[in-house]
Amino acid sequence: MKGFYTTARLDEVEALIGKAADVQGRSLWDDALRRLIRNRAAVVSIVILCLIALAAVFGPLLLAYDYNYMNYDIVSCAPDWWPDSVVLCNAGGTHWFGTDSLGRDLLARTLIGARVSLAVGLIATVVSLVIGVAYGATAGYLGGRVDELMMRFVDVLYSIPYIFLVIILMVIFNRNFYLLFVAIGAVEWLTMSRIVRGQTLSLKQKEFVEAARASGVSDFGIIARHIVPNVFGPVVVYVTLTVPASILAESFLSFLGLGIQEPLTSWGVLISDGANQMETAPWMLLFPAAFMAVTLFCFNFIGDGLRDALDPKDR
Amino acid sequence: MFSYFIRRLLGAIPTLFIIITLSFFMMRAAPGGPFDNQRRLPPEIELNIKAAYNLDKPVYQQYVIYLGKLLHGDLGPSYKNKDFTVTEMIADGLPVSARLGLSAMLLALLFGLSLGTIAALNQNKLTDYFVMSSAMVGITVPTFVTAPILTLIFGVYGVSLFGYDLSLPVGGWNGGALRNMILPVIVLALPQVAYIARLTRGSMVEVLHSNYVRTARAKGLSSFMIVIRHALRAAVLPLVSYLGPATAGILTGSLIVEQIFQIPGIGRYFIQGALNRDYTLVLGVLIYYATFVILLNLLADILYAILDPRVRYAK
Repeated sequence: MKGFYTTARLDEVEALIGKAADVQGRSLWDDALRRLIRNRAAVVSIVILCLIALAAVFGPLLLAYDYNYMNYDIVSCAPDWWPDSVVLCNAGGTHWFGTDSLGRDLLARTLIGARVSLAVGLIATVVSLVIGVAYGATAGYLGGRVDELMMRFVDVLYSIPYIFLVIILMVIFNRNFYLLFVAIGAVEWLTMSRIVRGQTLSLKQKEFVEAARASGVSDFGIIARHIVPNVFGPVVVYVTLTVPASILAESFLSFLGLGIQEPLTSWGVLISDGANQMETAPWMLLFPAAFMAVTLFCFNFIGDGLRDALDPKDR
Repeated sequence: MFSYFIRRLLGAIPTLFIIITLSFFMMRAAPGGPFDNQRRLPPEIELNIKAAYNLDKPVYQQYVIYLGKLLHGDLGPSYKNKDFTVTEMIADGLPVSARLGLSAMLLALLFGLSLGTIAALNQNKLTDYFVMSSAMVGITVPTFVTAPILTLIFGVYGVSLFGYDLSLPVGGWNGGALRNMILPVIVLALPQVAYIARLTRGSMVEVLHSNYVRTARAKGLSSFMIVIRHALRAAVLPLVSYLGPATAGILTGSLIVEQIFQIPGIGRYFIQGALNRDYTLVLGVLIYYATFVILLNLLADILYAILDPRVRYAK
């Protein structure tokens, strides 16, 4: 750009413009992003999480073994590099994580499990997000008796230990794969709706909402256009904490035999299988458990990082 | 104070009623009945069985009958364990579960409070970081991972320290022998220790910066006395409201722990009942759990009112 201007005068003008651009205020989001990037734990977590997600999506396509291919010659075999020498057999070949009790490649199963677990986490979170935001924003915006009634209902649901509700839902839906997402999402929305309601209550006192109302925007319009976009910050933080909670809920159910069914698998199923075999084949427990723990860690670090970034109160 | 207590107690009744109603109709909405998986019975006999359990009547009548019996403390017969009533089964498992849960809760409070206080007193020092990152591990790694891994270490491989054999039994209750209780209680308490430590640290840091603590320090009180006499009381307030969620957490965890360590508590009945569609059993345990959580939430509110003179309960 500079090459186009020949006179010193124009350079000066440009420098001034540049300076003006510099002092242009950073938006809240720029600021938050900057703080997030400075948080090393959060950045490392994002990178690791991306790697796990990539491995989950593309890994099974690249591996030599299908996740459901059984080889009865190598049942519950350790990977070749396993340090403990007193194992029954070594799986050999490219079974880097060993094999499970049906002679299936554990790496392929762990990655398919990652696919399922991450998918459950994300979809259930979206479900909870949609229900929670709609419900909370409506209750907070309408206020008064409606609000009281709607929040009373949330209180009631709160006092049921939610996982029991999911267990009943899973029994009713007969362990349906798709409804598992909905069932988990349908109980995770409670906190979301509370957060959104609280934000909405304070937001609706703000001038811009009053202005919108004065210019005749409908209630629905105000909620959709003004309230929901402004509760974004706390909701984003809570979303990053809902994903691991959903993954945990799914694994919990699968561990108890109420979630994902064979031959499909998830981290919960793998950990459950591994726990049954840990005396003879500890790798069946350790690999899926490690994957899951790392993923949950990453989400928690990102959530903490986002909270610090978006809420500069205690910097 | 007393009228506040009574009013809160009465307020809990509709909550409980809604929970019972909701779960009753949800269970009835489930496709397939408790007697579906058995041998094909002649239709007359099937009708007789259904009549014996009131299953031939319309759902709303079943509901009224169930409520009526419930008022007398009768949770009905178990559909699957023919010779037992649900009340008997719960009475059978309750002492075990209660002992397990209470021990875990006490352990969690003891360690959580001390670790949180230690971290707060050493704010932003190495000890603080160490305690807080351990707490992160405790929160992130789920019970169904810690349980098998601890079992693997202490039960299967066995640990000995200074010539003492530290290996522990991997399962069974053995009438509540201490050796059998150690692992389940620790596993159950770990996430709660972590949560409580985090909460305590947070509020303790705040309290330690407050003016009255500075005054106490200026008067020459020792750190220990300040914490015990002044800071702790204010710092445990957030913990009191955590009482309800902690109970729910321990109940949820007990499902897993009782399953893994083969402990004959009511958590196992709940899972079995859900897997076998034993409506009355599941409903009975759920009602029991919900009552428990509601009561503890109530207790938390009342404790809060007692501990915090700023909360006015007259209104």
